[in-house]
Amino acid sequence: MKEKLVLIGNGMAGVRTIEELLKIAPDKYEITVFGAEPYGNYNRIMLSPVLAGDKTIDEIMINDLQWYQDNGITLHAGKEVVSIDRKERKVIADDGTEAEYDRLLLATGSNPFILPVPGNDLDGVIGFRDIQDVESMLEAARKHKHAVVIGGGLLGLEAANGLMLQGMSVTVIHLMDTLMERQLDEPAAKMLQKELEDKGLHFLMGAETEAIIGHDRVEKVRLKDGTEIYADLVVMAVGIRPNIELAKKAGIHVERGIVVNDTLQTFDPRIYAVGECVQHRGQTYGLVAPLFEMAKVCANHLAMMGIGRYEGSVTSTKLKVTGIDLFSAGDFIGDENTEELVFQDAARGVYRKLVLENNRIKGVVMYGDTIDGSWYFDLMRDGTDITDFRESILFGQAHLGDSGHGEANRVANMDDSAEICGCNGVCKGDIIKAITDKKLFTLEEVRAHTKASSSCGSCTGLVEAILASTVGGDYSVAPHLKPVCGCTDKTHDEVKAAIRDLELKSVREVMDKLEWKNEDGCAKCRPALNYYVIATWPKEGLDDYQSRFINERVHANIQKDGTYSVIPRMWGGGTTPDELRAIADVAEKFNVRTVHVTGGQRIALYGLKKEQLPVVWKEFNKRGMVSGHAYGKALRTVKTCVGKEWCRFGTQDSTHIGIELEKMTWGSWTPHKFKMAASGCPRNCAEATIKDFGVVCVDSGYELHIGGNGGIKVRATDLLCTVKTEEEVLEYCAAFMQLYREDAHYLERTAPWVERVGLTYIKERLIDDEEGRKELAERFRYSQQFAQDDPWAERAEGADAHEFTPIKKVG
Amino acid sequence: MTDHDWIEIGVLDDIPRLGARIVERSEGDIAVFRTADDEVFAVRDKCPHKGGPLSQGIVSGKVVTCPLHNWNIQLDNGEAVAPDEGCAATYPVRLEGDRIFLSLTPNEGCPNT
Repeated sequence: MKEKLVLIGNGMAGVRTIEELLKIAPDKYEITVFGAEPYGNYNRIMLSPVLAGDKTIDEIMINDLQWYQDNGITLHAGKEVVSIDRKERKVIADDGTEAEYDRLLLATGSNPFILPVPGNDLDGVIGFRDIQDVESMLEAARKHKHAVVIGGGLLGLEAANGLMLQGMSVTVIHLMDTLMERQLDEPAAKMLQKELEDKGLHFLMGAETEAIIGHDRVEKVRLKDGTEIYADLVVMAVGIRPNIELAKKAGIHVERGIVVNDTLQTFDPRIYAVGECVQHRGQTYGLVAPLFEMAKVCANHLAMMGIGRYEGSVTSTKLKVTGIDLFSAGDFIGDENTEELVFQDAARGVYRKLVLENNRIKGVVMYGDTIDGSWYFDLMRDGTDITDFRESILFGQAHLGDSGHGEANRVANMDDSAEICGCNGVCKGDIIKAITDKKLFTLEEVRAHTKASSSCGSCTGLVEAILASTVGGDYSVAPHLKPVCGCTDKTHDEVKAAIRDLELKSVREVMDKLEWKNEDGCAKCRPALNYYVIATWPKEGLDDYQSRFINERVHANIQKDGTYSVIPRMWGGGTTPDELRAIADVAEKFNVRTVHVTGGQRIALYGLKKEQLPVVWKEFNKRGMVSGHAYGKALRTVKTCVGKEWCRFGTQDSTHIGIELEKMTWGSWTPHKFKMAASGCPRNCAEATIKDFGVVCVDSGYELHIGGNGGIKVRATDLLCTVKTEEEVLEYCAAFMQLYREDAHYLERTAPWVERVGLTYIKERLIDDEEGRKELAERFRYSQQFAQDDPWAERAEGADAHEFTPIKKVG
Repeated sequence: MTDHDWIEIGVLDDIPRLGARIVERSEGDIAVFRTADDEVFAVRDKCPHKGGPLSQGIVSGKVVTCPLHNWNIQLDNGEAVAPDEGCAATYPVRLEGDRIFLSLTPNEGCPNT
């Protein structure tokens, strides 16, 4: 028989938990839900747009009554649970309805705090919390003129804005001297107040409410200093309090909220609690993202897959207050140990402040242009050392050309037809439609449904901004530590550590040992695991070809029509008449339709059928040419200029150093593709400063540059150091590649990796620690012993024949 | 089951576990998959999205991920995994010992043969 699960509180946190639970254990529980409000589950964040007239109640429903039916859930809407009998394990509602439970989930949310002043119970004095409050406000706006909102925080300002748009004259009374003091510092708050005043709101700052005056209905609000303000409606928005009465009555331990552990259990382990009613590690939360993180962990535990833990959330606020962009996160005030970076442009209405401690971001406030908010937030959560780009950080991430969407950074002003995701052809309107129609909340969900930002990822910031403006700003940000994929809760770093420490030498072993949720993993994790295994254990590790992407499995690049391209290696970008003749002969013999010169100084043949590949390779092998690995997360090419052998400006033999580098590194597998170049002088004709590893020859030796990228996001390299000899160039290159191989996450190019770990760290490992550098280079060379076999030659001789032939031909 | 035009295409070990081989046909190839626990499925080798060759994808459980744009297609019914929508036709397969028999008459339910 199924166990019984009862949910008290039909709001976002509780229902989200049920949804997560249904995803992983749909048949485990018979579920009953009690909700005090007579509706399905709706998006409380969107009450402000309903008040402002931008949305209707129907539009903000997340789960309508049909959903409960479809999922076999008993819903008692409009019934408030008044007691919990923990001994008999049942709950009792105000109309006498009872329900037994094996497990109970409390999601009772919070209540608006009502100031303890005389008159607070008059007609026309309300909070701003639920649909009924919104209806009262709309009703008041139809009949009356003057509204007072007490509280100049987020909720208060949203209420004030909505009431103003409904035609009321609105005064905001705020106890503090600046608005939204928990999210904004003084300069940002002043800009906000000015802009809201320009729109027509009135403010009384530093004002304390003494009494609310009226006979039956409110008439006036009186302040401590004696000022009286006319009011037909008073909205209290001075804060929320976790709703803990029911739990307290049932003898469950409560403090400010219902106290829970990291698996969201209360002191009675049969009883869980999630959402705003909860106190976890001393913190209470009122934003959506933490609630969703809790929901996930709680659902896992209810499904008896209890390996996830909730460890608290770092929250950010990215709001749309009356069309004004704000972003804030962390400690944005600072103390004696912190310093500030400030950018202010009053004319454009833009302000940003970063609070730093030891060159790490502690807090962020942004006003006006918030497109980089999520970038700063990631840097803050990751504790990234920003020393290396401190001088430009305030200008944002997009100051170098992101290809695809150029200057189109201001999402709000964009047309619905504006293309956001250039890779998948997704317009702003498509994204908004998916978010509203399918009730999406997270970036991952938007990616799954629309594909926007799911390919190259360069439009992630734009998609997040659209998500934020569509679901009300308080969207669910990605969790701090990203698991490798949905098959596990483990992060890339945890998986790598396990492979090393537990000596796991095959993909199968890793998935078994680390208790993968899906027996065979998925197309996302298996290639990563396979890379980690062979990079960690170059000799003993089992290279599982079924876990490799097709290009690496057949050593050629799949094209859109299912044919393949073949690119033989041309060492250091040099070639010979013999090689060119070989390419011409092969192209003619196999009727190759397209012959193309690549960006990496090689020649590619397109349109070959899979069956032809081994034969083509055999031809190339015969003529002395080998695989160029143009298909792999591997060393690709070393581009060179002719250097001092010919060029009147050349300072060193760049072609020679290029060939030496390629001979040393070819065949190595890396977390993502790896490109090199060597230029003979600072004119840099080989474009070495946008490569993963670049050498720029100078008269006195060789400049070594790292972490460049010429693709989606152009990034110029950082200068690592200057060395005197070719031997040193090779040693530093080997050490750098090995550090990247060991340190980076699968599918992370060197550019984002260098930005994540910091140039300082890389210099510590490669320059300051000479011993360590030599060991890294040694490990690289060791690994190369097992990597430098031409995969084409093996297959031309018959290896993996099953890959290249049909099992049967019919008809 | 008798009215199927069964043809023998090979034995189980011709297909790698978590892999696929194709049956070449002038009307379009059919991909024959083998799962980790030796179940065999036949699906039209054409992703409903942009026609990618499903046989070249990574197989996990009873799902193959198309190599072109990462759509996930269920091997047992040919349907795309939500939120993507679409289907590739499936074909009846049966095993006799380790011999694999395939019918070229597609199962009903998906027009993309």
